Amino acid sequence: MHSKVTNHADAAIQFNLDEPRVDWHDKTLWFIREKRDLASHAIPEWEQLREYASQIKNNVLSNLSQYLQEFEKNAIANGVIVHWAADAAEHNQIVHEILKKHKVDRMVKSKSMLTEECGLNEHLEHNGIEVIDTDLGERIVQLAKEPPSHIVLPCIHWKKEEIGELFHEHLGTDKGASDPKYLTAAAREHLRETFLTRRVALTGVNFAVAETGEFVVSTNEGNADMGAHLADVHIACMGIEKIIPKQEHLSVFLRLLARSATGQPITTYSSHFKKPQPHQEMHLVLVDNGRSVHLGKDDFRNSLKCIRCAACMNTCPVYRRSGGHSYHNAVAGPIGSILTPNFDMRANKDLPFASTLCGSCSNVCPVKIDIHDQLYKWRQVLMKEGLGPTAKNASMKMMGWVLSKPALYDLSGKAARLVLKYSPFVVSNKMNPWYKQREMPAPPKESFKEWYKKNRSN
Amino acid sequence: MSSRDNILKEVLKNQPADRALPVIDIPVTTTHEEWVEALKTRLEILHVAVREVADYAALKHLLQQEAIPQDRTVTTIAELSDVSTLIEAVKEDAHSLEDVDLAIIPAHFGVAENGAMWVTESLIQYRVLPFITQQLAIVVNRKDIVYNMHQAYQRIAGTTQYDFGVFIAGPSKTADIEQSLVLGAHGPKGMTLYLLG
Repeated sequence: MHSKVTNHADAAIQFNLDEPRVDWHDKTLWFIREKRDLASHAIPEWEQLREYASQIKNNVLSNLSQYLQEFEKNAIANGVIVHWAADAAEHNQIVHEILKKHKVDRMVKSKSMLTEECGLNEHLEHNGIEVIDTDLGERIVQLAKEPPSHIVLPCIHWKKEEIGELFHEHLGTDKGASDPKYLTAAAREHLRETFLTRRVALTGVNFAVAETGEFVVSTNEGNADMGAHLADVHIACMGIEKIIPKQEHLSVFLRLLARSATGQPITTYSSHFKKPQPHQEMHLVLVDNGRSVHLGKDDFRNSLKCIRCAACMNTCPVYRRSGGHSYHNAVAGPIGSILTPNFDMRANKDLPFASTLCGSCSNVCPVKIDIHDQLYKWRQVLMKEGLGPTAKNASMKMMGWVLSKPALYDLSGKAARLVLKYSPFVVSNKMNPWYKQREMPAPPKESFKEWYKKNRSN
Repeated sequence: MSSRDNILKEVLKNQPADRALPVIDIPVTTTHEEWVEALKTRLEILHVAVREVADYAALKHLLQQEAIPQDRTVTTIAELSDVSTLIEAVKEDAHSLEDVDLAIIPAHFGVAENGAMWVTESLIQYRVLPFITQQLAIVVNRKDIVYNMHQAYQRIAGTTQYDFGVFIAGPSKTADIEQSLVLGAHGPKGMTLYLLG
């Protein structure tokens, strides 16, 4: 489910119209970043774990074709039906076929960013199949007909009063009620009935183990398990990069994932699905959708190491102040900004510029993705392709021209100093984005060149 | 060519030169008693009530005092069959568990660093049991506490196979509404851990 926004900067301007709300959003996410810090600092070997995780993922990417085949072989031996999808359309079609085969027109789904990426819900709804998202945050945005704004906290941009209003309309809760306990209890009742009556459940996959053919799904709510264990058919969907070599590697990733995501030492449930229940069918869909091509890019393949913890979003000063929807993709924030141009460079050309390049994202990443370096590298690619922001293209050209002519450079420096001194309103106005929320610096009396000429004899 | 073969061909073509797997070596220097203390502290943070009992007789006594007056109580622990309904095998549709108030199940072992209990299908019969019940009680032997997840997976690798296994670290919960923690999202609203021995 992609939002209609197409440009991060424009969407960020809209988001920033309500300043108190931006401050609230910013603080909420920073609170989660702080919880992550507390959890990670409590582990003396934290940096060692990040290094292990990074090395394991590097090994995965360098042997992915072998691991995929090993995983497939073991999963089939476990009784799982394995499917391969080249792209989003084939993924959606595979899921639809399974539903048709079982003559089912209603399904429950726990959180899966892959199905968001593929637009599965829209595809199925278009074909007359009702999908109910069961993660509370996802259910909230689904009722509001919105995409999630965060991969771990889908409705982080919603206030409890608004959720109360939404639940009053859809679930019949009391008008004006906004107590999170009351609202969660209402959702629990509504969804319990749903779990008990659905025959097909779809889940995402956090890790798939080549060695054993099992896959692990992590939730706090227990929604993936309630859906999967009560259904006749369990469909699990994963990107091909979610493979890890051995079961023992789960120890490294499960120690890092929840601590990085929410500051919990582990999610409430880490479910290891190996074989279907005797009466049950278990399907697993392996999805490429651009990943195999992405793997071939030396500068950018590292982003395929991502375990979707969202630590980079929570820490990002741009994400916190522009909101997830401004990134117009299922995966937002710094990691989304380096993943999405691999799939569609033109449609996502704005995203590598939605960053201050402060590097905080790379510092918190549990698998050591060089996120801010990749953001910088994407900018270079985009400028070369002529896909940079229009204003930046024009100003860069102008600057190149001025810098190639020393006399003109001196003259423009003088002119700028005079303008700042005598007519500051020429630059201190709303046309100049730098001036927003900032004062222009006081102009120096002379340029460095003039100062040097005067002082070098001393 | 099928999508499978195409994907594998493309992945093979684009995957970089081999990078070695690390050898995971995280030494643990603390003692078993310290792990048990660490576990109790962790469970308190996770809103899990901890009860220490010497043996099954003491456990039964405590259950009768504290937990049994619930409407529907089931267990998968044979020793508790006289205080709770014993589930020995899967006989009915799992949906029949929808009105279970309390499920008392064993765990293979617990992990001190995160409060997670390792439970597999053979211990619970019905996979959905620890999720569908309103309240969950887990019984684990005091000697079966490890410190971290590395020890946990060493132990899993050394024990019998499972078709489904799950680490359970407390009651089901959510903080999706303005980051306010609420217990009992879809699964149990509360959890008690009985530390045996």
